[in-house]
Amino acid sequence: MRFGVVVFPGTWSDCDFHYVVSEVVKQPVKYVWHRDRNLADLDCVILPGGFSYGDYLRAGAVAGRSPVVEALPAFLAGGGLVLGSCNGFQILCEAGLLPGALMRNECLQYRCQSTSLLVENAETPFTRALRPGQVLTMPISHGEGKYHADPDTLRTLRQHNRVVFRYATPDGQITRAANPNGSVDNIAGIVNEEGTVLGLMPHPERAAESAMGGTDGLQIFYSLLGSLVEDGTFLKR
Amino acid sequence: MRVRVLVRLKPGILDVQGAAVQRALAGLGFSDARELRVGKLIEVDVDAAGAEQARARVDEMCRRLLANTILEDYTIEPEPAERLAPPGAVR
Repeated sequence: MRFGVVVFPGTWSDCDFHYVVSEVVKQPVKYVWHRDRNLADLDCVILPGGFSYGDYLRAGAVAGRSPVVEALPAFLAGGGLVLGSCNGFQILCEAGLLPGALMRNECLQYRCQSTSLLVENAETPFTRALRPGQVLTMPISHGEGKYHADPDTLRTLRQHNRVVFRYATPDGQITRAANPNGSVDNIAGIVNEEGTVLGLMPHPERAAESAMGGTDGLQIFYSLLGSLVEDGTFLKR
Repeated sequence: MRVRVLVRLKPGILDVQGAAVQRALAGLGFSDARELRVGKLIEVDVDAAGAEQARARVDEMCRRLLANTILEDYTIEPEPAERLAPPGAVR
């Protein structure tokens, strides 16, 4: 599976994603500069974490209007998948590729910590290797990760099972204490209607080697590879 | 034509930054500071034949970038005359 890691001015986790995909998951991967609209030779585009454009105006606001992001709808229509982590999730929401918005953490603290994520939907290309109810451990590192959406949007997300990950206790309980940023419903990650775009605040690329504290992040990549291998095309939801 | 835009969080959306600033004011003795909310001021000079055209142009800028309409409302007004730099001033 051919991965592209997008780089904006101010992107931070591009090298981490590139390293994990290349050296741990062992798949072809290249960097994609944000002005590049040509995504034809890729299967999955990754929008990494960081502070694109210094979070100027709003986190992800400027990057969400850049050429590479404008090229994503066509890429998705052609069968591509998009994974946005942290700033990548913010960018996807700013671009309207995912609903809702990410706001300043309710506690006002920048939270750099390990979180437990309850898997709600194990049918997406990103989570097929998992099972509902499974709890993953992944770090977060953000000051603006509070997911916000209006009641109609939340209803739609719930009804269509589009909430993929929620902050939980290590044994899978959804509690206020387990919510590091005040996200509504403890939402940590969601997909679009087609299940082809995943946005999550945690960093799977920082949970891909035991030396870094855990390998649960690899499950997302193995799910993606499984989606490819099954019938040569991508498994649709 | 110079225009100023005020971008504010929609009513009902929790403003944690505003709450923190309000607490800080209380710590300074301003216990009567209430319902403090922090927004953004954007000033811009656009090509326009008149005020209505300028407003329409900036309105489009707001919808497409300057405001996140999920979270924010905005108002557009012409730049008040006294804020304009005097002739010959260096910006």
